[in-house]
Amino acid sequence: MIDFLGKLTWDAIPIHEPPAIIAGAMMVGGFVFLVALVTYFKKWGYLWKEWFTSVDHKRIGLMYIIIAIVMLLRGFADAALMRTQQAISVGSNYGFLPPDHYNQIFTAHGVIMIFFVAMPLVVGLMNLVVPLQIGARDVAFPYLNSLSFWLFMVGMVLMMLSLVVGSFATTGWVNYAPLSEKVYSPGVGVDYYIWALQISGIGTTISGINFFVTIIKMRCPGMTLMKMPVFTWTALCSNILIIISFPMMTAALALLTLDRYLGFHFFTDTAGGNPMLYVNLIWAWGHPEVYILVLPAFGVFSEVTSTFSRKPLFGYATMVYATVSITVLSFIVWVHHFFTMGAGANVNAFFGIMTTIIAIPTGVKIFNWLFTMFRGRIWFTAPMYFTIGFIITFSIGGMTGVLLAVPGADFILHNSLFVVAHFHNVIIGGVVFALMAGLSFWCPKALGFKMNEGFGKASFWFWLVGFYVAFIPLYVLSFMGATRRISHYDASTGWHPLFVIAFVGMLLIAVGIACQVLQILVSIIKAKENQDYTGDPWDGRTLEWATSSPPPFYNFARIPTVETLEPHWDAKHNAKPIFDESKPYEDIHMPRNTGVGAIIGLFAFTLSFGLIWYIWWLVIASGLAIFACVVARSLDHDIDYYVPAEEVERIEHELMLRRNKA
Amino acid sequence: MTSQILNNHSADHHHDHDAEATAKVAFGFWIYIMSDCILFSCFFASYAVLHTNVFGGAGPKELFDLNYVMVETFLLLTSSFTYGLAMLATHKNNKGQVLVWLFITFLLGLGFIGMEINEFHHLIIEGNGPSRSAFLSSFFGLVGLHGLHVTCGLIWMALLMFQVSTRGLTAMVNRKLACLSLFWHFLDIIWIFVFTVVYLMGVM
Repeated sequence: MIDFLGKLTWDAIPIHEPPAIIAGAMMVGGFVFLVALVTYFKKWGYLWKEWFTSVDHKRIGLMYIIIAIVMLLRGFADAALMRTQQAISVGSNYGFLPPDHYNQIFTAHGVIMIFFVAMPLVVGLMNLVVPLQIGARDVAFPYLNSLSFWLFMVGMVLMMLSLVVGSFATTGWVNYAPLSEKVYSPGVGVDYYIWALQISGIGTTISGINFFVTIIKMRCPGMTLMKMPVFTWTALCSNILIIISFPMMTAALALLTLDRYLGFHFFTDTAGGNPMLYVNLIWAWGHPEVYILVLPAFGVFSEVTSTFSRKPLFGYATMVYATVSITVLSFIVWVHHFFTMGAGANVNAFFGIMTTIIAIPTGVKIFNWLFTMFRGRIWFTAPMYFTIGFIITFSIGGMTGVLLAVPGADFILHNSLFVVAHFHNVIIGGVVFALMAGLSFWCPKALGFKMNEGFGKASFWFWLVGFYVAFIPLYVLSFMGATRRISHYDASTGWHPLFVIAFVGMLLIAVGIACQVLQILVSIIKAKENQDYTGDPWDGRTLEWATSSPPPFYNFARIPTVETLEPHWDAKHNAKPIFDESKPYEDIHMPRNTGVGAIIGLFAFTLSFGLIWYIWWLVIASGLAIFACVVARSLDHDIDYYVPAEEVERIEHELMLRRNKA
Repeated sequence: MTSQILNNHSADHHHDHDAEATAKVAFGFWIYIMSDCILFSCFFASYAVLHTNVFGGAGPKELFDLNYVMVETFLLLTSSFTYGLAMLATHKNNKGQVLVWLFITFLLGLGFIGMEINEFHHLIIEGNGPSRSAFLSSFFGLVGLHGLHVTCGLIWMALLMFQVSTRGLTAMVNRKLACLSLFWHFLDIIWIFVFTVVYLMGVM
């Protein structure tokens, strides 16, 4: 029996750790409730047919976004626990989290927020928006898109499962060796980390290739590279970064896997292994990763700023050059994450200078947004609030980044709370604000109704103020000597008041998140009142606003032809039509839905579960099952179909009636 | 009359779609290969960092037999050539020839993998397995990664031979043959680097 289940025993359920088991019970309860709900309303068939097997980029995008919002709550719960622990765990009080559990929480918080919140939001928005912006009917490889999503889901499920079966890594979000080696982390935590990231990372690589080919090969006639919307440009660069950097993470994790499972010595501190090799590989991926997140964020702000200032984006070409420069530079700065490695003055100087140089293209962007707003008639919507909040917050975060990039200063600030404050400054101020703005901005396109403005603005104010109250104290604390990742400190340090202020900031952010949840709920309940049938609620400028909302599954009945940078704006205001309406509708070629992605995802999950718990029969069986799925898919030649022209005409006629009625 | 026009029209359409799909798949596969190349480059970098860390054990000079590796190299390079001949046969639409050349390629590839497994087996039973030192870890990692790729290529080739024989040279099958061709030549190029960096530079 023991062999049959590998290392898995009843001890894996953490009943003796109250915080873990409460969180686990809540999660399991929520899951059971959801399953019961779907079963009660008999929606499984609908979910499977319309969503789980869907290869429609819009639906896949929405699924990414829904999962990301759920995971945001989990990642925030981790943050709240840490802030609470640090606010009370001073002197003789040791707080409520034992050190090992605290370590799991800060590791899980980082991993979740980057991989299972920010990444799916970015990939989800790209899915929703990019094909529409370039006038395409889908992505280049719709089935692979579905597969990417399900591989991402495997990672997310493993993350959540580690809460109730076994434990998660205690090694920090980049999982440094040799701490992550078998000798120092013998449990399953690091294995959960490895497989959650490895499987979802492969999904991300496939996504990157998919979108790169989509943007390069599937733009509508007339859309040259320099006529692409800025969001698509940033998505293109972000996908280039994915294609180049994610294999490095795959490699680092694969080598660590060999060390842990087969006794290799890549990163061990014995037998000639070199732990710094791991640190180099993981940051050679990790630094581009932050640009994978922030470039599309810049894209969102560009679209939002120009739309709500009712002006073309200032300096489109410089915006593109800046984006491309950042893409290139992001690969030659990774050593700034570990100047203290001791690579020598010249190496550190090079990487320090490269890092500060990134501030130049970023500055160009900031000025472009400011000049876009200058003399515009700004429409102060919630996305615009987030944009202005971003410009200020991100500039501050950027300046602390330049400070950290000076190797001499870094030697003092390394591993201190300054680092934590800096990257939250840019990630919350940059990525999170952008994604919030992006969701409000494109929600009417994706779902057909506008989000509630009141709750959106309330959420912005709580996020903004909460951010400053929570993180500015951390800058101060770092100068007082506070290091990151501590679960207890002495009263004589004098840190306590500042940690309490940071705790208050966390509470404000909690209210901000609550406002967002309410915003979503209220928007759905009042969807009828905020319905938008025109397809263009913001007087938009780019192609996604030229089709109905939500768009029909084929996006565009006729493929547009564009001449200018802002084709939809010019079609409305400068009489430059983009659709040739004299031609009859044609048959539309579409991919068939397929369950293969979801099924491979299921077996990839059992495969990784077997690997984590050393259940070798399950590993072999799942491996064979995945192989069988791949073969079956490869032998299946009936993967697409044509929508007849009459059917297209019928759908378009209905949409037109709806538009005219509104 | 109208329906005839419609049919002709949509037949053109389907043809366009095939050409478009081929362009997308070939381009996408190229990009995949570029990302795979980066995976290999990380393993090469690891080897470059760790190859002197023999930890008191045997180094490249004592372990590698250039003659043996030379035979392996010829098997793989020849298999690339024969795959090229299979591709020429697809352009001539000659199904029989395609199958013959694919089968020869398959055997050559199998010979390469057999020799590699034999080499690994000898190293391990002589106490020079991957756990012996960081040098051997990185050697087994890099050469093993290449071997794993070749093995996947062989399985893929077997599946494609099956598809060629059952379906013939359809647009979709040709597309897959072209992708495997890229993959196979890519592995050849990687092997030339492995041969140079690991074996030649190791022994010299």
